Amino acid sequence: MENQAIYSISLIVNQKPYSIKVLPEHTLLDVLRDQLDITGPKECCGVGECGACTILMNGKAVNACLILAVEADGSNLVTIEGLGGKDNLSPLQQAFVDAGAVQCGFCTPGMIMAAQYLINTNPNPTEEDVRLGLEGNLCRCTGYSRIIQAVLSVAQNKEHNVP
Amino acid sequence: MTMIGKSVKRVGIEEKVSGAVKFAADMKFANALHVKFVRLDVGHARIKAIDTSAAYMLEGVHFILTAADFPIPMPRYGPFLIDQPIIATGETKFFGDPVAAVVAETENIAEQAAKLVKVDYEELPGVYSLEQALAPDAPLVQDPSIRVNPSLANTNILDEWIFGWGNPDNCPAELELEDSFNFPMTTHFAIEPHVFIAEPEHDGVVITSTVQHPFLLQRVVSDALKMPISKIRVIVPELGGGFGGKGYPKFEPLMAFLAMKLQRTVRLKLTLEETFLVGRRNSSTVRVRAGFQKDGKLAYMKVYADFLIGAYANASPRVVAKGALAGCGIFNPKNVHIHSRAILSHTVPGTAFRGFGAPQFMWALDSIMDMAARKLNIDRLEIRLKNIPQKGEVFIHGEKVCDGDWAEGITKAAKAIDWGKPLPQNCGRGLGIGVKTPAPATVSQAMVRLFSDGSLTLLVGTTEMGQGARTVLSQLAADAMQIPMEHISIINGDTGIVPFDSVTASSRSTVFVGNAVQLACQDLKEKLRKITAECFDTDASDVRFENGKVIIPGKVLTYTDVLVAHYGYGSGEVIGMGTYKEARNPDHPLGGGVSFYEVIFAGAEVEVDKETGFVHVRKLVTVGDIGKAINPLLVESQDEGGAIQGLGHSIMEHLIMDERGRILNLGALDYRIPTTQDIPDILKSMLVENMDGSGPSGAKGTGESGIIPIGSAIGLAVADATGVFFHDLPLTPESVWQGLNIH
Ligand code: FES
Ligand code: FES
Repeated sequence: MENQAIYSISLIVNQKPYSIKVLPEHTLLDVLRDQLDITGPKECCGVGECGACTILMNGKAVNACLILAVEADGSNLVTIEGLGGKDNLSPLQQAFVDAGAVQCGFCTPGMIMAAQYLINTNPNPTEEDVRLGLEGNLCRCTGYSRIIQAVLSVAQNKEHNVP
Repeated sequence: MTMIGKSVKRVGIEEKVSGAVKFAADMKFANALHVKFVRLDVGHARIKAIDTSAAYMLEGVHFILTAADFPIPMPRYGPFLIDQPIIATGETKFFGDPVAAVVAETENIAEQAAKLVKVDYEELPGVYSLEQALAPDAPLVQDPSIRVNPSLANTNILDEWIFGWGNPDNCPAELELEDSFNFPMTTHFAIEPHVFIAEPEHDGVVITSTVQHPFLLQRVVSDALKMPISKIRVIVPELGGGFGGKGYPKFEPLMAFLAMKLQRTVRLKLTLEETFLVGRRNSSTVRVRAGFQKDGKLAYMKVYADFLIGAYANASPRVVAKGALAGCGIFNPKNVHIHSRAILSHTVPGTAFRGFGAPQFMWALDSIMDMAARKLNIDRLEIRLKNIPQKGEVFIHGEKVCDGDWAEGITKAAKAIDWGKPLPQNCGRGLGIGVKTPAPATVSQAMVRLFSDGSLTLLVGTTEMGQGARTVLSQLAADAMQIPMEHISIINGDTGIVPFDSVTASSRSTVFVGNAVQLACQDLKEKLRKITAECFDTDASDVRFENGKVIIPGKVLTYTDVLVAHYGYGSGEVIGMGTYKEARNPDHPLGGGVSFYEVIFAGAEVEVDKETGFVHVRKLVTVGDIGKAINPLLVESQDEGGAIQGLGHSIMEHLIMDERGRILNLGALDYRIPTTQDIPDILKSMLVENMDGSGPSGAKGTGESGIIPIGSAIGLAVADATGVFFHDLPLTPESVWQGLNIH
């Protein structure tokens, strides 16, 4: 463990540039949460099965727990914090509020990012599309139906652009 | 303006959708050391020696805790029985039982070091099923010397509970049925894994934990470490789901011990896999023998339930006893015998899980009702209507009478799934009933602080885990004082600040803490009344409260007017305290009686693919007998979430162990919970609100109920669709296919 390689990487997270040093075993999720204190992305399973760590990487939804930090060098990332703060919620965040799609809220950041990706790539999804698009995001509290309603309500609106 | 019955938005929801809320794992603790466990890959073993030398060689390792660091006898802990050692001593009694805890600079180093700890052990025969645990020559899970019930000390029966009335042994019946039904061992799978932090502070310890019951934890740590309660402060951030899995103390005694010993902050974050090893639902076999008259009326019921609890009692004695208390559900035969046993095994300690022991009983009871209906050629809704009590009627003898319009509820559920209308081929419908009683003889206290600008802070001991307690309790304070929600703050989750609450469990918070909040507001008003009378020279009996104003003859005052008159501008506050406490009854097997019944009805419509055995749930509806929904949106969404958890144990979820007691499906890859693809086409929760509960405005508790009747509703819909009654949940494609083809 002594002479371990340390890599320097640069990232843009929520439009802010960062240059950081990481160890080869660090995941992108570790770096966001532990080094940058961006704790919106959550860790549950750590193996790509729950979606709690979902963020956008170069516009694509990814599980940050599955990506090594070194692999992410040079990427442009958006986390839940980049969608909107508590005083300026994005339309999708607002839709989750309005639909009562949140209980404990632990799955919510990942869920919203997965849903944002879905809407970015398919602005007018059917219920079927939403179910399929959110299949990789587990929620143990809500039973999903209000989450699906929230996403559909935004999809039927128009303004849902994301950086 | 009333705040009762308003679907106001969840308190703090903006923080949740923007990622701003800090869960325990998001909190930073300067200079914390990290803890990882050493575990053995067996169910039951004798520990011969632990060699930590190689692990200690690793740079960054501070300490490795084993049983040798404790006095003899090893301190033990537990919420009801004090039987679990702080760390395995002499033996590991279940798969995942930690034998050593490594403390290091980083999680990574701790993990590396844990792998270097060498444990010399001898695998021992273990008991991993009811059959094995009850065999005459079964190895004893617990040392007879620590058992509290001497007559059972030389068996694996931890304890047993018997309820009954009438003469069930000698009761004529036209139809007699007997059958057994099995309920699976499942895991809570909160999306937030548990986190425990302990910090030494002066001569005490501050524990930050993902725990539902901070005050119970405080007491348990105090007992285990022989420290005064006042020296233990428990902080609980918002929880990312609990479902009972975060209810009872886990590694906090160990963490507090480490913090005190090392005088350093220590942090332990479990992986999802590890959360499977700290608690799970008690699996069960429930055998029902029931006699019916020709018209479908129950003559008698005998219910024998065996619950496979783990190696330590944890909350299981309560789970089993409380389940047994309502062991005939809401059915009201006049002749009853219920015998329920908690059976120790070399498995992960069973604990509370949403619904406690109720889903296990209901699966058996509803199945027997459907079997009888088929034999007697009576409609399945009708046979239930014949056997449930009217409001005011005794059904559990010696307990509170029926407190709801339950015929209305079940009829509503049946209607919502088009009961009686024709269905396509391979489709079927099922009904389920859920009933649960809250934790008896508990205490809730609340404090309200009214400030000089007329805003108010509410302090309660309730934990927020997504159920919405912060919202509902704020609503109750807003309603009582007629202060807008925006001017109310709520503080919870810190035993150093907030007043006592027994537990955040058993769907009790709205009723008990809600009552305490209302009492605190009354107390506040009495104090305001007195001050107003003094300052404005009027009679206390002339002071009235209306719409957030204080009214005296000829004058309308604001709260601010009163506080300023009393204390001067900008200073002072008025504090109200409320205590709600349930009657204790030492002669009652549970320590106290039932305060309200949490009753819910479910209807399911399924389609079964007979080729594959796959069950597709088309519709799932629930009707909660809620008394009064303080916040209908929160109640309905709780019930929906519960229903989908129930769908999990009905058709997908169960922990699988090998013959050595090792769990084979640890973690998200192998243990599947419902996703968006598994939920019904239609999911709907409805309520019956007759203001007949013991809480504020006639509210009853909810939160757990959604899960309780789902096994019955889905399982019996499958029976309706296929003509075959199944005895084991979950109804996975394999088990359904086998049931249909190997017959
Ligand atoms: S934590 Fe990344 S997918 Fe579960
Ligand atoms: S809201 Fe709790 S896990 Fe989704």
